[in-house]
Amino acid sequence: MDRCLAGDLLKGKFPEAVLKIEEFRGETSITVAPQTIRAVMTFLKESENLYYDLLLDVAGVDFAGQVPRFMIAYLLHSTKFNNKLRIKTWIAEDGALDTVSDIWKAANWLEREAYDMFGIIFNDHPYLKRILLTEEFVGYPLRKDFPLEGRNFDQPFAVCLEEEQ
Amino acid sequence: MAESRYMTINMGPQHPATHGVLRLLLELDGEIVVKAEPHIGYLHRGVEKLSESLTYPQALTLTDRLDYTSGLSNNLAYCLAVEKLLDITIPKRAQYLRVLFAELQRIAAHLLWVATHALDLGAMTVLFYAFRDRETIMEMLELVTGARLTPSFIRIGGLAADIPDTFLPRVKEFVVDLPKRIDEYETLLTDNIIWKKRTQNIAIMSGEECLNYGVTGPVLRASGVYYDVRKAYPYSSYEDFDFEVPLGRKGDVYDRYLVRLQEMRQSNRIVKQAMDNLPEGPVAAVDALQVVPPAKEAISRDIAALIRHFKIMQEGFKPPQGEVYASVESSKGELGFYFVSDGSNKPFRMKIRPPSFVNLGALPKMIEGQMVADVVAAIGSIDIVLGEIDR
Repeated sequence: MDRCLAGDLLKGKFPEAVLKIEEFRGETSITVAPQTIRAVMTFLKESENLYYDLLLDVAGVDFAGQVPRFMIAYLLHSTKFNNKLRIKTWIAEDGALDTVSDIWKAANWLEREAYDMFGIIFNDHPYLKRILLTEEFVGYPLRKDFPLEGRNFDQPFAVCLEEEQ
Repeated sequence: MAESRYMTINMGPQHPATHGVLRLLLELDGEIVVKAEPHIGYLHRGVEKLSESLTYPQALTLTDRLDYTSGLSNNLAYCLAVEKLLDITIPKRAQYLRVLFAELQRIAAHLLWVATHALDLGAMTVLFYAFRDRETIMEMLELVTGARLTPSFIRIGGLAADIPDTFLPRVKEFVVDLPKRIDEYETLLTDNIIWKKRTQNIAIMSGEECLNYGVTGPVLRASGVYYDVRKAYPYSSYEDFDFEVPLGRKGDVYDRYLVRLQEMRQSNRIVKQAMDNLPEGPVAAVDALQVVPPAKEAISRDIAALIRHFKIMQEGFKPPQGEVYASVESSKGELGFYFVSDGSNKPFRMKIRPPSFVNLGALPKMIEGQMVADVVAAIGSIDIVLGEIDR
């Protein structure tokens, strides 16, 4: 019953934030409004009845052609109550989302990865730089409009000498 | 320009103790690390992008190449997620065999870890012993799957084939042998004064910090937090097995070493139970006709079976729309797959939750303020595999 609890509590606390609650294959996903993400996440982590202390994953998904374009899914786990919850939110292509990296430090790298792969901007992120690709890389490879074989894949790499400070 | 009293040095990407192509930018004040910044991505192959162009059965082969020290665990995590999406149940025999493989693979991965970690810290002897035992496992897995590192043997809906008759006697022999072997490693390391000096009170992470950084697996448990996916969300019949989850207290490098050694003993117990209680029956969900290809004999006899086989291999299958997440406790931590399906035969989005990636995120926290010589110990203690980090 804990699963529904998160939805009920969120609805009670932030009536305008919760947009949708879905159940699929025993997993609960709650869609929230993007501007409320920090308030919702802080509540989920600190509420005594929920206590989602482990942020497992931040996944970007590109629904090219739809408005808003990007979905960001946060996967949470509570070690105290032993259950999982997925929080989803949608932002537009030119939109930005507030970071949760000060709520869970794990979000630091995970948000950087979402930025690297989708170009999703996280406001107030302490170090929003590419993480897996090089700084010189152009484009965001996991977007649906990025070609599978890459751009200019048959051209040799440009020689770059990195200068560190 | 003002002169900085700090020295910046590059550790890696070609460095024997970084376990692959990890590059660390270290800012040093004398011998003390002031700031550390991992640079990753040298092995990035775009597995998540590639999977969007492959059908579900095809994309399975990509998972072998994530954490290449435990291919079968990756296969298992992938298959569990797709099976959850399809909502099919797997026969008990296949579930037990999956557990058996996953645990053998965990022992092999931990053996590789103890070997290389000890080598990093100067204890070379352990490497030869541990690799001997790891080789035994690799040979057994090769006997079943036909491959050492890239098995792709656990398939969606079950297993690729049943085990050969010669497999279980070899496992039996190994299971009896292993505890004695682990005792041997312990005589080499556990009370070794040099080992203790190199590992105790190094790179300490409290349980709370670990959770904050999203750290899972042996590193989290060495800090005393009881979280093991096998116990928290039992998959593949783990609830049938009797085993303990070893916990550490302090959360230093030494505790992580102890936890992993204990885990090997527990895995050994699980392998033994899986073998003793192995049920009879099919090794794939034969009633899931859209997912599991027909047996080879049927293909040469029956044209319908041939067509079905062809369709599964060429087109795959179409799971319903929706999104699922399934995870396993791999040797590094929680390995999860998150699928978003749009109802077509290819994953719309496959997000891998790689334990090594998230665990490595905690490395700067572990080593800042420590001696530069301990950086090697800290990296080794997280047990990273760059294939999984960079994907």
